[in-house]
Amino acid sequence: MNLFTPLSWNDTGFILTGILNTVYISVVAIVIGSLLGLLVGFLRAESNKTVNVILGTFLDVLRSVPLIIQLILFSTFIGVMGFPLPPFFAGAIVLSLYTMAFMSEVFRSGFNSVPVSMIKAARSLGMNYLQTVRYIRIPIGMRSVFPSWLGVAQSVIKDSALVSVIGYMELLRTAEQLISRTQQPLMILLGVGLFYFMISYPLSRYGKYVERKMEI
Amino acid sequence: MIEIKGVHKSFGDLEVLKGIDLTVNRGEVVSIIGASGSGKSTLLYCINAIEKINGGNIIVDGIDVHDKKTDKNKLRENLGMVFQQWNSFPHLTVLENAALAPQIVKGFSKEKAEEIARKELIHVGLGDKLDEYPTRMSGGQQQRLAIARALAMEPPYMLFDEVTSALDPELVGEVLDTLRLLRDDGMTMICVTHEIAFAKEVSDKVAFFHEGVIEEMGTPEEVLDNPQKERTQQFLSKVL
Ligand SMILES: Nc1ncnc2c1ncn2[C@@H]1O[C@H](COP(=O)(O)OP(=O)(O)OP(=O)(O)O)[C@@H](O)[C@H]1O
Ligand SMILES: [Mg+2]
Repeated sequence: MNLFTPLSWNDTGFILTGILNTVYISVVAIVIGSLLGLLVGFLRAESNKTVNVILGTFLDVLRSVPLIIQLILFSTFIGVMGFPLPPFFAGAIVLSLYTMAFMSEVFRSGFNSVPVSMIKAARSLGMNYLQTVRYIRIPIGMRSVFPSWLGVAQSVIKDSALVSVIGYMELLRTAEQLISRTQQPLMILLGVGLFYFMISYPLSRYGKYVERKMEI
Repeated sequence: MIEIKGVHKSFGDLEVLKGIDLTVNRGEVVSIIGASGSGKSTLLYCINAIEKINGGNIIVDGIDVHDKKTDKNKLRENLGMVFQQWNSFPHLTVLENAALAPQIVKGFSKEKAEEIARKELIHVGLGDKLDEYPTRMSGGQQQRLAIARALAMEPPYMLFDEVTSALDPELVGEVLDTLRLLRDDGMTMICVTHEIAFAKEVSDKVAFFHEGVIEEMGTPEEVLDNPQKERTQQFLSKVL
């Protein structure tokens, strides 16, 4: 009996599940990371120095420790503490926080890009603080940073491949299993690479397009 | 009626307003002139409670602006303000720019807010730009939008802070025409301006600011044609 069986159409469902899992965890991380990032970015734009130093240090740690180490650390930690989580949840938590760390900087610069004089104009119309945030600062600030936001989102999709190290069956881990069964690493990894390229490339082109349009 | 009584205002150690007294009656147009840094803008910000004051009182229709209990947002609904920089909201169309505050501040329905906004925009001559985005318009048009946006709150008072200073010379006229229109409507206005000829034409009262005090105040004929104080004479000889 042959130990290795070549890739076949029967693997389509398996591969598709891997793709969907990659998309799923990426979307979850981008959504949660953006919402938290919006909140933290706003806090940073509004806070005094002390709060900013504390928040900034925490975010710096998240940004500078390699994601793969954070994933392993976190899943080991919760295991040792006796609260093991399914790989998806552990991965989504770490990836979301990691995303948040980058998104918060994006959004902070967005908030800071809204001129004080424009906020004063809004206040002079009788808007209260929260109304200026909701109707002026968020929409104007967010619009200006959309290309950077897209850039972060794009790298999160790529980084999600690392969640494979803690056992989440996303595309890369799916591919690894197929490789060990089929011994066709070159073709499979090329396919995986192509998939990431097909997602990333249009996003980055679109980001550039929007950026150029905003310059006009 | 706006009553300004003995108002003092400092930024740190710098005293910018050193006891300002000024009364503006309903229907009056008061112009404020004076050198750069004399505190003209600061006074407008204080009337509108964007800046706090360190002494004195500002009373608008019997309400003490700087009383802690005063609802500042409610108060600002009565005091439309237009700045040197027009600050159009770039993410909204012209109509949405003017309809936003009536909708969210006054709680009007979208239809009602837009109806008022449309009326004011037509009034300032922007009736054909309702669906345009402001960044595609000239400075003069954007400044007229800023005026209509303030008017859409239907305030009894309007405060103008050098609304033509940032405009190219050929666009000043259309904005001054809009102000004339408001004067003819009977709007009560305080105009900080460098346009002396315009101040002479539209004002009931002119106040000349010098280093945080009102050096001279009176009718345009008194202050602009026959200034009594030396500093007023010096200032006018420089700008005229
Ligand atoms: N937020 C602030 N913090 C500190 N100083 C301020 C502030 N706003 C204004 N000043 C100072 O207060 C003084 C008066 O400023 P203000 O803007 O009222 O003058 P102005 O008469 O409107 O002048 P201009 O004709 O240049 O507009 C200036 O010396 C200015 O530098
Ligand atoms: Mg000024």
